[in-house]
Amino acid sequence: MSQTSPDNTALKRTPLYDLHVGLGGRMVPFAGYEMPVQYSGIIAEHNHTRNAAGLFDVSHMGQAWLKGADHEATSRALEALVPADIIGLKPGQQRYSQLLNSDGGIMDDLMISRSAIGDSEGWLYVIVNASRKQIDFAHIREHLPVGIVLVEKPDWALIALQGPKSEAVLEKLIPGTANMSFMSGNAFKCTTAGEPYDVYVSRSGYSGEDGYEISVANRNAAALWSALMAEPDVEAVGLGARDSLRLEAGLCLYGHDIDETTSPIEAQLAWSIGKRRREEGGFPGAERIQRELAEGPVRKRVGVLLDGRAPVREGSEIVAKDGTPLGTVTSGGFGPTVQRPVAMGYVSAAAAAPGTELNFIVRGKPLAGRVEKMPFITPGYKR
Amino acid sequence: MTNVLFTEDHEWISVDGDVATIGITDHAQEQLGDVVFVELPEVGKEVAKGDEAAVVESVKAASEVYAPLSGEIIEVNGDLEGEPSKVNQDAEGAAWFVKIKLLDTSQLEGLMDAAAYKAFVEANA
Repeated sequence: MSQTSPDNTALKRTPLYDLHVGLGGRMVPFAGYEMPVQYSGIIAEHNHTRNAAGLFDVSHMGQAWLKGADHEATSRALEALVPADIIGLKPGQQRYSQLLNSDGGIMDDLMISRSAIGDSEGWLYVIVNASRKQIDFAHIREHLPVGIVLVEKPDWALIALQGPKSEAVLEKLIPGTANMSFMSGNAFKCTTAGEPYDVYVSRSGYSGEDGYEISVANRNAAALWSALMAEPDVEAVGLGARDSLRLEAGLCLYGHDIDETTSPIEAQLAWSIGKRRREEGGFPGAERIQRELAEGPVRKRVGVLLDGRAPVREGSEIVAKDGTPLGTVTSGGFGPTVQRPVAMGYVSAAAAAPGTELNFIVRGKPLAGRVEKMPFITPGYKR
Repeated sequence: MTNVLFTEDHEWISVDGDVATIGITDHAQEQLGDVVFVELPEVGKEVAKGDEAAVVESVKAASEVYAPLSGEIIEVNGDLEGEPSKVNQDAEGAAWFVKIKLLDTSQLEGLMDAAAYKAFVEANA
């Protein structure tokens, strides 16, 4: 068993670094940051999130405000870069979308919210992936019309609370959050250790469970994290379980399940493209995306369940029962909730129907499995 | 009296006559995290030192276990197929991987004893 010692020079730390180390977190390099991959163990943390509430430091992600004169002006600027309906967002409403290149390939996936803060007409709040934030923010800036500005928030941390007990836990700390609807956000006052401070909370996440993501100034992040950790239902969860949770939930990981070569239609993300945008186009790669919507894509992202106990990993070839190459696995591992190996990958459209039997080449040998509808779990999203 | 030796690849080897019982160390299982699958070789297979002898899969990744010695696989621990988490619970005991009948015992020379392995792990921490 070989081990490598990562070069930790120049890695950044979030404001919660010392707390992770204190909790016994195993720190690993991820997207230029030293982040906890696990604390007590991936399976225990995964199960705790499904059964109670898991606390995640996701401060490495990129947060920014896009500010313009009014909602329509700011939305039109962003709609030139993403295929989602942004103009149609109501105050506080949040939407999932993708930054597209001119070929309709995905430069990143992101969350976009219309601000619900008073006196913030024309503000959109965006959260992008850590590994892509420099590229994304430069790309957005390059394409902004005069009068719209992108304001990055490196002085803000981001903490996710996920799982069925999240609502009860957060309502105690931040009254009013229990009434939020799924995919909405708002500003709240939070008081911990006698000190009040501002937070921006959205009811969303990356686990397949009900939960929240909380933006908080770096200087208040440790106090908020510690107050949440003091709740008996809450345990810290690292990147390892974040990955197994999102995989079971059928959610894409950028750079693996989606990248600049995959379109949102191939990735089965057509649900995130509004009716008006499909008809009008006006986003990068619209021609390809409208054609794929009309005719169907050549390949599709699918979920797969393996028949045996051996996991299949990213990069494994997917073949038909007769050996015909069909595609590649893009994420794979063991699903602690479904108690078996789960994976997702791309296959030729003809082989994408649920139930289709496939083989996966692992260490030179074929392993049997089948296309399965995603998510692999029953999501706990607040409806 | 058996004699437990260790490799730089974090395997332990318990030698009894010309039969070596092989597993991964407690340090190795701790580094791997939750083990969810173990693939073992077939009994009767001849392995040379450095060949892939087994695969251990954690939630996140697959790791190869290389044969630390040359010989014939005479027994594998079938319990690990149904209960891979045994590796996390008792890596240096009940969760042994394979037993190899050694071609010659001179291969054992140069392997670390418990104290030397402990020092090796600390030096590489």
